[in-house]
Amino acid sequence: MPGIVADWLGAVCLVAGALLALVAAIGVLRFPDVLDRMHAATKPQTLGVLLLLAGVALRLRTPGDLGMVVLVGVFQLATAPVAAQMIGRAAYRAGRVDPTLLDVDELANR
Amino acid sequence: MTGGTGAQPPGRLRGRVATWRDQAVAFGWLVLIWNLLWGEFTWGNLVAGLLVAAAVLLFYPLPPVTFGGRLRPPALLVLAGRFVAELVVASVRVARIAVQPGFRPRSAIIAVPLRVRTDLNLALTAELVSLVPGTLILEVDRESGVLYLHVLDVRRPQDLADNRARVREIERRIVRAIGSAAEVRQVHTDHVEKENNS
Repeated sequence: MPGIVADWLGAVCLVAGALLALVAAIGVLRFPDVLDRMHAATKPQTLGVLLLLAGVALRLRTPGDLGMVVLVGVFQLATAPVAAQMIGRAAYRAGRVDPTLLDVDELANR
Repeated sequence: MTGGTGAQPPGRLRGRVATWRDQAVAFGWLVLIWNLLWGEFTWGNLVAGLLVAAAVLLFYPLPPVTFGGRLRPPALLVLAGRFVAELVVASVRVARIAVQPGFRPRSAIIAVPLRVRTDLNLALTAELVSLVPGTLILEVDRESGVLYLHVLDVRRPQDLADNRARVREIERRIVRAIGSAAEVRQVHTDHVEKENNS
């Protein structure tokens, strides 16, 4: 019985995570400039990946795989912001940011 | 910023002990990660892990991170809980913006000065702020401890103030969880001042 519950919870997590990944992909296509797209590319995906990992863990339920799942989660959380910052910074410095889309730019006069 | 004063021997000794302690902690984590990667704890994995960890620390030395505070488990739980809550709420918000037909979000780049300027606090705050959807770190001014972030979907000036307050709130939670007593006081007095001023 606990097995069935875990299977269903895992399935729900997998579907929810996949939906978030899909929405992230739609966001990447629809948002107007690099920085907005970075939001879509890196953010819903954070929760999406965590949900997918939770789903996988709930379905597998073996200690060896759980260790791996935890590691994937930790490294995902640790590296995603670094990659996002590097791309955002490069885009800003290369002038790939459309100023008409910004209400305020406090980085401009620095 | 580095706590020890280099001139006096006692400070230097304490600094060296702290460095050794940091190295030992890093060593332990690396061995654990190695074993998790192989998926099982065996003597062979343990020995291999020790060798790999030693090699990593020897050949890829990192700049020392000064950790002057102490861990407070209740505050750490608050930090984790609020983080998960913000993550879910903000993920749904960005997801809705992404699929809303015909909607073009306005954005802004704002500067948020932090109160505790240690590298560790700067890195952790930037990391957590970055992970929550809707805010993206663009630039970090390490000297003056300022984070520059890109905010998605700004509708009114109040949104900017809200986001500034949110980042400083995250900083406060981090310092409460892992900061030293002096840093906690710094964050707290500033907080009260801000409320009185506004």
